[in-house]
Amino acid sequence: MATSGVKVLGARQSPFVNRVVMALEMKSIDYELVEMNPRLKPELLIKTNPVHKKIPVLIHGDRTICESLIIVQYIDDAWTNGPSILPPHPYDRATARFWAAFVDDKLVPLLGQLREAEGEEAKELVFKKFSEAFMQLEEAFINCSKGKAFFGGDSVGYLDIALGSFVGYIRVAEMMNETKLLDETKTPRLDGWAERLYSDNIVKDVLMDPQLLLVQLQSGFRHSRSSRRHRETRVEARSLRGNMKEQCCWRRGLCEMQQIEGLFLWREP
Amino acid sequence: MADDLKLLRTWSSPYALRVVHALKIKGLEYETVLEDITRKSASLLEYNPLHKKVPVLLHNGRPVCESLVILEYIDDVYKQPPLLPQDPHEKAMARFWAQFGDDKVMPSTWRVFTSEGKDQEEAIGPLTENLKFLEEQLKGKSFFGGEAIGYVDLAFGWMGNLISILEEIIDLKLVDAEKFPLLSAWINKFSDDPVIKAFWPPRDKMVEKFKAMREHFLKQVP
Repeated sequence: MATSGVKVLGARQSPFVNRVVMALEMKSIDYELVEMNPRLKPELLIKTNPVHKKIPVLIHGDRTICESLIIVQYIDDAWTNGPSILPPHPYDRATARFWAAFVDDKLVPLLGQLREAEGEEAKELVFKKFSEAFMQLEEAFINCSKGKAFFGGDSVGYLDIALGSFVGYIRVAEMMNETKLLDETKTPRLDGWAERLYSDNIVKDVLMDPQLLLVQLQSGFRHSRSSRRHRETRVEARSLRGNMKEQCCWRRGLCEMQQIEGLFLWREP
Repeated sequence: MADDLKLLRTWSSPYALRVVHALKIKGLEYETVLEDITRKSASLLEYNPLHKKVPVLLHNGRPVCESLVILEYIDDVYKQPPLLPQDPHEKAMARFWAQFGDDKVMPSTWRVFTSEGKDQEEAIGPLTENLKFLEEQLKGKSFFGGEAIGYVDLAFGWMGNLISILEEIIDLKLVDAEKFPLLSAWINKFSDDPVIKAFWPPRDKMVEKFKAMREHFLKQVP
């Protein structure tokens, strides 16, 4: 497949960028990931995304497309060979779009609210909101999956990408807050989906295992993603799990994140 | 068998109006179910349990919620005339600008409308910046959709009647014809289109409603 100059302006750890990368991988499109930190306002980013100045941006030849879910739909529209990302039926497409909007408008902001919550009471309020949101998504999963493994059916689709890109961060938030946000006792099907997600060939190549993600966040993403380094950090993650209480607290995690230029500040509007 | 289309809406919701206009442009017959947002009907709560909001389109009894999702659904099912462009990039740009409208233009307009004094002065800057992007998008075009009303025009349709209503209430130009000649011209052309014009809610009722809203918001300020 010719690249036709397909570039993604982004960062490997951004869940929004991961949506785009998963879509490109699903369509077997060759692309170049141009890593950049939007807080530094790089010229190329300002030029290609003057409205929001945020990642991800897809550059396809002389075309630029911004906003992760719009990019994913563009990839589905522009590359018609390969698997479809959105469902074939208009009603199922509307349902997928509705729930993807829910993920961005209602679920994702909770991660930021949790980060900013001070004190146990404030955190408990946010935990409750997560629980309510996941119960809604449990219903959505039952409707969309129609008894199959993913929201998209037998294979990963639009809503799996939209929500799946955030599962790692939800699990990290669980570890850091020593709580269950996506709880198998309350939302068994959704929890099952989240566990299954990482067995998908596309997803496991793009999304970092949550245990690894926690280690990476704490080490400030200094490691590259070579396979040898992956094995090293997995060993670290296993030993870290043993003394998680001493190793991490939310505040320390927040400082680490600020050191890597504010991961959660890369949220799209 | 003819499709059964029902639209749950309120008399004034600009989001619901998007769907009304889309259905009319597509030449579709539908039944209107008027909702009172202060006393939501059992139907509304059943068909939109998540957000409990209008509009909800019922197509053969199956609900579709969220106005922009509904527009895309209508365009998917009923192909002519198309609301979204066919070209993938132009389609992506249409989605982008519609989302920009909801995420940036509407809130920044609202901020100017629901503030006064120094707060209002400060709110004007962001609105002006957002409107500049829209002005740019209209260069060489009659409508955002090109020569005919399309998805983005419907997404910004609220400006067609609301801008002049809000301007009248706060006695302040939000879309100055000198600074934004293309956008001003678009507002006039869009709102005068016969399909669009037929469904504007009564202006005096709108003025009364939004005046009350502004007073309510100004009271909230500490």
